[in-house]
Amino acid sequence: MRWRRRDTARARLPRGEGPWAWLSAGSVALSLLLLALLLGLLLSRGLGHFWPGDVALVTLEDGRQLAGRAVREEPLPDGSGRERLYRTGNRDLDGAIWDWVALAAIHEVSYPRELLVLERRRWGEFIGRLVALEPEAGPRLEGEAAWSALEARLVALEARREAIRRLREQTIRPLVRRLEREGESAEVTRALAAAEARIGALRASLGGASLVLESVSGQHSIEPLEEVVRARRPNAMSNLDKLAAWGQGVWRFLSEGQRAANTAGGVWPAIFGTVLMVMLMSLLVTPFGVLAAVYLNEVAHQGRLTRLVRIGVRNLAGVPSIVYGVFGLGVFVYGIGGHLDSWFFEASLPSPTFGTGGLLWASLTLALLTLPVVIVATEEGLARIPHRQREGALALGATRLEMLTRVVLPMAMPAMLTGVILAVARAAGEVAPLMLVGVAKLAPQVPVDGDFPFLHLERKFMHLGYHIFDAAFHGGDVQAALPLIYATALLLVLVILMLNLTAIFLRHHLRSRHGTLSSY
Amino acid sequence: MPVMREARPARGAFIDFEPEATSLEIRGFGLRYGDKPALNDLTLRVPRHRVTAFIGPSGCGKSTLLRALNRLHDLNEEVVQQGEIRLEGRDIHAPEVAVAELRRRVGMVFQAPNPFPMSIYDNVAFGLRLQGGLSKRRRDDIVEWALRSAALWDEVKDRLRASAWSLSGGQQQRLVIARTLAVGPEVLLLDEPASALDPISTLKVEELIRNLKASLTLVLVTHNMQQAARVSDYTAFLHNGELVEYAPTDTLFTNPRLARTENYITGRMA
Repeated sequence: MRWRRRDTARARLPRGEGPWAWLSAGSVALSLLLLALLLGLLLSRGLGHFWPGDVALVTLEDGRQLAGRAVREEPLPDGSGRERLYRTGNRDLDGAIWDWVALAAIHEVSYPRELLVLERRRWGEFIGRLVALEPEAGPRLEGEAAWSALEARLVALEARREAIRRLREQTIRPLVRRLEREGESAEVTRALAAAEARIGALRASLGGASLVLESVSGQHSIEPLEEVVRARRPNAMSNLDKLAAWGQGVWRFLSEGQRAANTAGGVWPAIFGTVLMVMLMSLLVTPFGVLAAVYLNEVAHQGRLTRLVRIGVRNLAGVPSIVYGVFGLGVFVYGIGGHLDSWFFEASLPSPTFGTGGLLWASLTLALLTLPVVIVATEEGLARIPHRQREGALALGATRLEMLTRVVLPMAMPAMLTGVILAVARAAGEVAPLMLVGVAKLAPQVPVDGDFPFLHLERKFMHLGYHIFDAAFHGGDVQAALPLIYATALLLVLVILMLNLTAIFLRHHLRSRHGTLSSY
Repeated sequence: MPVMREARPARGAFIDFEPEATSLEIRGFGLRYGDKPALNDLTLRVPRHRVTAFIGPSGCGKSTLLRALNRLHDLNEEVVQQGEIRLEGRDIHAPEVAVAELRRRVGMVFQAPNPFPMSIYDNVAFGLRLQGGLSKRRRDDIVEWALRSAALWDEVKDRLRASAWSLSGGQQQRLVIARTLAVGPEVLLLDEPASALDPISTLKVEELIRNLKASLTLVLVTHNMQQAARVSDYTAFLHNGELVEYAPTDTLFTNPRLARTENYITGRMA
């Protein structure tokens, strides 16, 4: 007889269950769809921002010209057609970086290759034409020669900036630290002066070259080369070049600090702060949660009081997170932190050290917030361990403590990790309590550095969730920050995913070592 | 050596042993779960280096009695006990007796195999590591000896580091026996050790039980009467928490003295 394959497509359909199977399958499908929509939105809006899109040169019916990137279209308020939003940059020349243009008013749209996009330290983007490059000495360069000279100059400029940065961090910072530690000494002072002199020389060599620029509406301006971060001619770039530029943009977003009041630049300090805070929180919540669960499940007399405590713990999970924030502010920051200050940091009072929001207090507050999750998950894991395993250990002459530490807890480890996974998921996305206990709008100094004790628990830190909130509601130009907000939201989701995957991998590793609980 | 004696002719017929041949002595032992009586005034002696079986219908208290022999009831706050259990003449509930030490002397194998989620080697070495103070070499030797005693060595010697949960049910049960033997008990309590196993594994475990009595006192709880007849030397029949008849296995199964016993072994009483 030949084995016949089961018709898998048919086998997967819910059969014979009536409407319930369809209803439950439908609700799963709906949840997945919504999730996919959310991720799709974040992906397209967030990642699209780094793509160097073509710059349009728009000629209006009245002869006026503007250059910019099309952002979106909307119907006109009076219903007579549609209008298009262009991001035109040139805040210094026009006073605004956006321009709404009615489609009916457009005479012609072209994409000339020579249109230039400059990213500057001040005033944001410039979009227009490069007229000339004026070097410190020598003849002024015009046209294509100016463009190739500009590209070469920018590469050299970047190298010098990097050199200055390295000098500051690797030479000057340690010297200053030594000064603070050992007091004045001729040797250190000399080394410091030498380093300063080298920085001065590098600065000078950045040069006084400047660019002569012209916007498409005919306004001229002169931009010192020093102010320019990047220059591109998107219309002249191939798709491969654009992809490379996109990759660079994403990398800079991940690795750099923010600029322009959180509406531009990267989010590295926020990524770092979020991950560090969540890790600290996990380190704090796991032992407490596990010990509490062990007590409730293994040690305490299973009477009315224990049941009451258990109900209390489960209900703590439902307390609004801002309440935890207020508690953290009152107890950790003002209470414990204030006392720490008056005992150990009296010298620096009235400026507080621990008596103000900081990494430690934020981690503690979130640990408190996620404690019920860990307790409940661990307790369930402990309760699932078969009685015969405990009796087996006891029958071999193990004390209760040995039974717990050698058999029960190792077997409950996957459940504990499940608890930690849930706690991480909850804590990483939490913003409200953080605003009270230590998150900062701008803290470019990450809480870990080479200074003793390396991890600075009292420092304020940045957080992706708060960064989103701040950029979206407190920024001057929300329109400009919007793509960055999407990108940050996407990043937050990815960071949580990564943290969870780590824990899931760990759990899988623990389980696979000895297989799952066999049930007989 | 065994002396037949009508201890309480009105209620039962019991065999008795000289104190020198006795491993465990149960004297006037009773046990309640809260208000629910489970065992009532039991008195019997378990002979050394023999297999003694407890039989009886479900709920008769045979497992409860077995678990009392290594104080596993200590964990249950509801349990109230009375009377005495003596191991080699010493009361196991005496305050100077350490319960962990007692459980090492009176090992127990449960109905369902319960290997720990560790390697085969670590399972057998579990009890040894609790005691500590053994060189790795010595521990290896004891692990090998225990696995050989449990007739499992040849099947696992090449994969001692594999998870114990990868073994079959019968192998797991023999592993659990090896684990218990490794701590060097004097008495081995077996609570329906073969009821979760297939017939071939059951035979292996039964053969193992017969071999082990050369060095150990074994107490077997079973509701499989053929099994009791096959492996045990003496059989105690319990009913409703009371000892009804206790006799050499041949006698009890071929010529029971009480009608209640006969009804049970011939299947007229569930």
